[in-house]
Amino acid sequence: MTKNKKISIILLKFSLLLLISAVVFGVLAALVFINADTLGKILPFRNLRPLHVSSAVFWILSAAAGSVLYFLDDTTGVQKPYIKLSVIYLWLWIATVLVVLGSFLFSKFGGREYWEFPPVLALPLLGTWILFAIKVIHSVGAIKGTWPVYLWMWVTGVIFFIITYTEANLWVLPWFRNNIIRDITIQWKSNGSLVGSWNMMVYGTSIYLMCRISGSQDTAYTRKSFFFFFLGLVNLLFNWGHHTYLVPSAPWIKEVSYIISMTEWVIFLNIIRSWRKTVSDVIKHKNLLAYKFLFASEIWVFLNLALALLMSVPAINNYTHGTHITVAHAMGTTIGINTMILMASVFYILSEFHQWTKKELLIVHTGFWVANIPLLIFWLSLIGAGISKAYYEKMTPNAGFNDRMMHVMPYMYIFTIAGFAVLAGLATLAIMGIRVKMPKN
Amino acid sequence: MNYKRAIFISIIVTASLYSYKVYTAGTENSNGLLTNEKARAGKLLWQEYNCIACHQLYGLGGYMGPDLTNEIGQKGKLYASAFISMGTSRMPNFKLKKEEVDDLVEYLACVNKSGEYPLKNPDITPWGDITISNTIRP
Repeated sequence: MTKNKKISIILLKFSLLLLISAVVFGVLAALVFINADTLGKILPFRNLRPLHVSSAVFWILSAAAGSVLYFLDDTTGVQKPYIKLSVIYLWLWIATVLVVLGSFLFSKFGGREYWEFPPVLALPLLGTWILFAIKVIHSVGAIKGTWPVYLWMWVTGVIFFIITYTEANLWVLPWFRNNIIRDITIQWKSNGSLVGSWNMMVYGTSIYLMCRISGSQDTAYTRKSFFFFFLGLVNLLFNWGHHTYLVPSAPWIKEVSYIISMTEWVIFLNIIRSWRKTVSDVIKHKNLLAYKFLFASEIWVFLNLALALLMSVPAINNYTHGTHITVAHAMGTTIGINTMILMASVFYILSEFHQWTKKELLIVHTGFWVANIPLLIFWLSLIGAGISKAYYEKMTPNAGFNDRMMHVMPYMYIFTIAGFAVLAGLATLAIMGIRVKMPKN
Repeated sequence: MNYKRAIFISIIVTASLYSYKVYTAGTENSNGLLTNEKARAGKLLWQEYNCIACHQLYGLGGYMGPDLTNEIGQKGKLYASAFISMGTSRMPNFKLKKEEVDDLVEYLACVNKSGEYPLKNPDITPWGDITISNTIRP
């Protein structure tokens, strides 16, 4: 095993710890949400929420980076390993993430959605990511000939993270932050694109794994694959407007986003068209751990894309925006899609050097089902809460906030109970991954 | 040039021009300006206390508390000051100084003037779009 691969395994194990942190703080935040009067005084929601959100974001970023780092050696043939750079990146990244999470424990905030830590911490975060980007670009630079689509996706994701994260911090300049409309619009423009950038890395990993499992690289070079890559890139850059449809910026921002978002129908219809092949592949690869997670992610892509397409219609967005339907979409994509693909990657990598015992396999398969079935209940309860919130907001506009929330609470109780089950499932999977020992050579 | 690189570069160039347009003409709404120092200080306090974890502006943020976009417009500055100063059973009392409370209220007053949320009577077009009016609120 190469040194780069060992470094990436440390990063993947760290990411699994972050996943546990994300679900533990998520469940605690849900408990506080339904018992704010009592629990809120002991565990403040304004601390729990960023701990949950940042842990989840850093789980995705760390696991995606760890996967790319690991697979790069196989893809590029280790011609430019850059070991020292990888080591510096690894430890600086871990230290930065820990300082960020620590800042929330001490109530030091920057108050920006997704990135709620003090803005000064953006510097080490960005600097560390640039080190990772140098490593990736240097490695892929050694490849002669045509790049497979997953390499395009990894490089695009890595570079666009730098661009969009820089954009997310433009608010430190008074010209950007002293106009509320500009500030909110650019904040959500960058947030939307940031999600797109890590999605590029995650979906690239998914395609890479599919190629490895099928034993053929052909899919990674087809016109169809590149068509979907470019469609994804266009959506990354232009399809962020649904966050700000109701913000009074120029109407064309909304219109451009609306038109671009409708191109996702092509992806949606393609999933339906390929369904029979997907099912036959499941039967063929049913014993492979990684494939099981990839199949789950396909189902979650289908469900969340359907929801996203509805939310992208401004007339519907007018009702769903600012409700728990948005949370359903965010959690459905981060847990259902990103986490399942990254779990596929983690278990694929671990299976390369670890022989799973029957008992371990049973625990992993149980963890898989315990995570996924309650996740559906969790997702549906959020949609129910969102519909209820939207209905009472429109039907009883003069009612107080607490009166309206009373109607939402039954759904939130179901959500919290399902959240405990999702925690059990994901923590089981994460712990099984962390327990695997690093090979000696 | 390889056609993939050409497509890639075209998309990036278009996106860069589009971003410039969004930064300038797309968000040049004078209703959204933080017109005085107190409002600007209030915005930084809003972030420092991580108010967005529980509240929303334009429906964006946490759902623990209400959306505050037009709260000042509906209930007045005194009402908002009292809430921020005292806290509620669901909201902690942050023990802010009077000056800080005033800054936050001033910021929320500017947010209120910037637009309307949720939309009361949006015009819905046959193709599913909506029209948002941009009038300055009192």
